[in-house]
Amino acid sequence: MSILVKNDISVLVQGITGKEGHFHAQKMLNYGTHIVAGVTPGKGGDWVLDGKIPVFDSVKTAIEATGAEASVIFVPADHAADAIFEAVEAQLQYVFCVTEGIPMQDMMRVKRYMQTSETQLIGPNSPGLLSPGQVKLGIIPGEIAKPGNIGVISRSGTLTYEIVNEISKAGAGISTCIGIGGDPILGTGYPELLELFEADPDTEKILIVGEIGGKFEENAVRYISQHNTKPVYAFIVGKSAPEGRRMGHAGAIIEKRAGSAAYKIELIKNAGIRLASSIEEIPALLLKS
Amino acid sequence: MRIQEYQSKRIFSHYGIPIPKGRVAINAIIADHIYEELQPDVVIKAQVLTSGRGKAGGIRLAKSAEQVEEITNDILSLTIKGMPVKKILVEEAIKIDQEYFIAIITDKDAGQPALMASKYGGMDIEDAVRENSSVMYSLPIDPLAGLLEFQVRSAALAVELPKQLWDEFTTIVLALWKLYEETDADSVEINPLVISEGDKLIALDAKVNIDDNAIYRHSELSEYFDLEEEDRMEYQAKKYGLSYVKLNGNIGCMVNGAGLAMATLDLLSDQGGKPANFLDIGGGANSEKVSSGLKILMQDERVKVILINIFGGITRCDEVAKGLLSVFENTPIEIPVVIRLAGTNAREGLEMLKDSGLIVAENIVEAARISVQLSQENKQ
Repeated sequence: MSILVKNDISVLVQGITGKEGHFHAQKMLNYGTHIVAGVTPGKGGDWVLDGKIPVFDSVKTAIEATGAEASVIFVPADHAADAIFEAVEAQLQYVFCVTEGIPMQDMMRVKRYMQTSETQLIGPNSPGLLSPGQVKLGIIPGEIAKPGNIGVISRSGTLTYEIVNEISKAGAGISTCIGIGGDPILGTGYPELLELFEADPDTEKILIVGEIGGKFEENAVRYISQHNTKPVYAFIVGKSAPEGRRMGHAGAIIEKRAGSAAYKIELIKNAGIRLASSIEEIPALLLKS
Repeated sequence: MRIQEYQSKRIFSHYGIPIPKGRVAINAIIADHIYEELQPDVVIKAQVLTSGRGKAGGIRLAKSAEQVEEITNDILSLTIKGMPVKKILVEEAIKIDQEYFIAIITDKDAGQPALMASKYGGMDIEDAVRENSSVMYSLPIDPLAGLLEFQVRSAALAVELPKQLWDEFTTIVLALWKLYEETDADSVEINPLVISEGDKLIALDAKVNIDDNAIYRHSELSEYFDLEEEDRMEYQAKKYGLSYVKLNGNIGCMVNGAGLAMATLDLLSDQGGKPANFLDIGGGANSEKVSSGLKILMQDERVKVILINIFGGITRCDEVAKGLLSVFENTPIEIPVVIRLAGTNAREGLEMLKDSGLIVAENIVEAARISVQLSQENKQ
């Protein structure tokens, strides 16, 4: 079974009538995810995805009608924070925010507001979660991964697809693959997910795919040193990134020494975590030990 | 997006934060006119978006029209940390009794803003903090409640500000918070905030940095975006929905996704190559984005080889091929282009490109190796 969500979790999609939301809702549905509703203010009463999925004006009405437990958000950046607030207020268990480019002050208010709620936010700027053959929430392409015993936590999208694809080609598989997001302010960091992988009977090895900027990997290393017994592997990108420049992701910027790849790599090595020094080494490293 | 000092001061002024009288100039003639209004003493300050201007000779005092001319010409000929000085700010000289550092920053690790204050304001604050972090007082701000008056008083107490100035200080710092919130700033900084002639607080310097993600909702600030050359390319790329960062090498790179783009640059560097840029066309890129990205690379004269690395997940490789072909139709390629397509519709994409003269690599590692090799061969 997947970490975090159960396989038959009922999911609503916020922004389902937008181009991205519609496309990925269809992909999730095809994968077998239990999509039960869409939410687009003003489009309540419509039916989408070949007339199979009802659209509601609000998250609250969608939950009342369908019993949805989780949301995947594709709402554009200027309204995405509001969409998260709405999902939290409606007491959904899990919110996966795919939207990139939410203003930071909006995210700080969201995060503060969420301190008193039970909702767990993944992202923003997250590709979501994929448990091969079981459930998919978000945009990770289902066809690249096979079921297996490796758990993956990453801050990026396509890099993760590349790595997961290489792992598949090498004959190994994935238990759950989850993206925490490429933004500087995130709902969920590595430690919470490391804890879930540690407890997950389907996961034997854990791979973290980190990058420059912030203290996310530092927090991961501290957690791993104290709590994890399963072998953890790591790969960090951004060795060649200059200081002070934002490398695509809003969170991928070296603002102080602690945000550099060199610093993170040193921490990882010192903690005895197995480090892949380049992308091509990853499958072999995972498979040999 | 960082905003120049003279423009940051205009924003300060709008929020009622006291600043010295002064105006911006681009040559000695204009500087002299400003001097006539502000004499006898003025400070001339280089307007570049970097710290360390003072130490680089970019901030100087002038006491006569002759000195204004000489110093203006001196400063306008400077290049500070790689940035040529194109504008100066001419300001009345302010008598300084005491200097403080005040800032509101976005503490990304904590996920909330923070008020920072120090009684050691001025040029050496960074060194002072490095030696002893306790010289900087830092207080988290609740983003929902906002900065509260008592918090400002606790900062005043921490920096040992004379009590007769607390009210004025509170007004200034609360105005700074309002500015931070309303402009969607990433950080706002006054260094130094000075006590002048015993009883006046004045912001001698001003730094405003706007959150890039929020620029779209601040059209009122667009006149302040005085872009350096490098930033201009980034800004242009951003308009097409691309992220671009200029680097120093000769291998032009175009990749879908920030993480994969960084991994590609790392691979090139590991193999002894030098990337000319970071260019992320994003997940789900369409053919227009691909062609705009390719055009940016082809316009860059430093680029000797182009490397295109696409892992199609959401992005379809045939869509990528379509974008590339639309550019090649109109502009012949004069440099080698190495391409690696994998994932969704990769076979269709490669089939479309088979007569275009592109060098096809099997995987990311081979793509990097070929690109590095070509970049070194083509060096003359």
